[in-house]
Amino acid sequence: MAKAVTNSLTKKRRRVSDIVLKALIFLSSGIVVALTLGMIIYIAVKGTEGMSLNFLTTPAFSYPYENYGVLGNIINTLYLVVITLIIATPVGVGAAIYLTEYAKQGRLTRIIEFTTETLAGIPSIIYGLFGSVFFYNIFKVNYSLLTGALTLSIMVLPTIIRTTQEAIKTVPMGYREGAIGLGAPKWHTIRTVVLPSCIDGILTSVILSIGRIVGESAALIFTAGIAAEVGINSLGDIFGKVMNQGGSLTVQLYQYAQRGGAEMKYAFSTALVLLVTVLIINICAKLVAYRIRKKRSV
Amino acid sequence: MYSPERMVYLEKTSGAAVAVGSVGKQRSAIRSKKSGFTNVTERVMKYIFTVCGITAVACVLMITIYMIISGAPAIGKIGLTDFLFGDTWYAKKEQFGILPLILTSVFGTLGAIVIGVPIGLLTAVFLSELAPKAMKNVVKPAVELLAGIPSVIYGLLGANLVKPLMYALEEVIYANDPTHQFTGGANLASAIIVLAIMILPTIINISENAISAVPSEYREASYGLGATKIQTIFKVVIPAAKSGIASGVVLGVGRAIGEAMAIILVAGNSANMPELFSSVKFLTTGIVAEFPYSSGLHREALFAIGLVLFVFIMIINLILNGILKKGGKKEKAAKTAGKA
Repeated sequence: MAKAVTNSLTKKRRRVSDIVLKALIFLSSGIVVALTLGMIIYIAVKGTEGMSLNFLTTPAFSYPYENYGVLGNIINTLYLVVITLIIATPVGVGAAIYLTEYAKQGRLTRIIEFTTETLAGIPSIIYGLFGSVFFYNIFKVNYSLLTGALTLSIMVLPTIIRTTQEAIKTVPMGYREGAIGLGAPKWHTIRTVVLPSCIDGILTSVILSIGRIVGESAALIFTAGIAAEVGINSLGDIFGKVMNQGGSLTVQLYQYAQRGGAEMKYAFSTALVLLVTVLIINICAKLVAYRIRKKRSV
Repeated sequence: MYSPERMVYLEKTSGAAVAVGSVGKQRSAIRSKKSGFTNVTERVMKYIFTVCGITAVACVLMITIYMIISGAPAIGKIGLTDFLFGDTWYAKKEQFGILPLILTSVFGTLGAIVIGVPIGLLTAVFLSELAPKAMKNVVKPAVELLAGIPSVIYGLLGANLVKPLMYALEEVIYANDPTHQFTGGANLASAIIVLAIMILPTIINISENAISAVPSEYREASYGLGATKIQTIFKVVIPAAKSGIASGVVLGVGRAIGEAMAIILVAGNSANMPELFSSVKFLTTGIVAEFPYSSGLHREALFAIGLVLFVFIMIINLILNGILKKGGKKEKAAKTAGKA
């Protein structure tokens, strides 16, 4: 950027249009900051109203039936995050490795890159429709956490592929050449040299994916369902729950908001839980990015 | 994400990867002396990675096929023209014309673009050209956070803040109009505002990347001619970054047209023809609102709406791809011209 040359050589002219445009630029940025801050403060204030330990530690609509809580939804969201990452991370990282290390630049790579962009552009509601039909045909269950997680896996795939690809590309060629020069075959080079040096980038992709999974709603209503109970009574249930339906935090928020009235404040409390999660995810992503930059400057 | 930088970078690195490949070939003589086990692992891993690479292609194919399989029958039964251009959507009477839904989605998106793009673009200009470091450190995280906030939260805030505001406005505008059906703020105008805010991060991030990628020589030449900073920004920098900005806008369109949860609580959900202050149903909100209780032809029709939406998104993707290709070519030309 032009840091060195900040002004014209001639004396400053005062132009009305300049001042107006400059004011508009500052106004726009002000609007963006004010919107973000306003949203956070509003949710923080409204969310504390319904927030309590009871809210966080009991499931919604459990006995007594007017109970409001999000425990079941927190657990469901955790399930979705874990299962989705278990499925999507290896596939996404594998695809990134294929694109950067194996594939020759040609039609296939172009098609893969194009389809990855396409996946990133498909709205979540379409994923929801697709997941509900496609995985119903496989599992014969209308709603299940596994169906939701599989649907989300496809959805976060572009995020993982792209971020990992960028990370792999930053590994200096010299590293690979060194390994190959020592006689290491390709997979050995990738495993011992390339992947360890871009592990932070993969971590970033995982963090970004968690953000997407936690915030997703439209793709989940028709796939993972809306159940709010915890549903874990025995050890076997821990795995059995995967085939049960379960609404995420976002879906519960929608439920509360849709009913409105007295439940609106619980919608805001759920929003507060989500917002804090999103903030933590953002900070984690920042920390990893900072680590990467520090490592690179050394 | 879509910055031209990345495209150039991609070409560079993949070229290098090919170079390594040829080094690998020369070494294959040495490699073949190794145990057969290593060879097998190498080959197996290569297949595994290839399969991973093709997964994305397979997913897009599956989604396309399934959307057509589940959406086409309803279109067949209703009739393509009756479906696309029918102006009544009334599920109980099996009237499935989605023209109001299509138009609502189109106008809603247009409205969001009209409001969101200027604010987003100017903020991008601020971030890349004008902001002192301290202010950049405030605005940038704000944009990142805005991008990370889940869409249901936008919906919730829209229902609580935008809706009452729009209702107040509606009451003022239609105070003397007895024929107007009051929406209580659940109308197209509210949805447009929520959508406009939602697409801001997309537009800001991509425009900022594009503006930052404009070579500083352009700016220096403009200053040299005596142009002011603002003149340089609007007459030199933004035109030079226009393909990047265009792809940001197209992505914003994609995001707005596909958004469901943020607007379902503020749009009102009756299938009227789009008017700023009338209750409306988008393609997306129609699916979300009616899917749970739908059955038979109604459900099939909802899948058909999904198919229409999918076609819209595919068209947007193709446009985006076209813009990127054109931008990439231009960049290349500029580069080679610079070298010569």
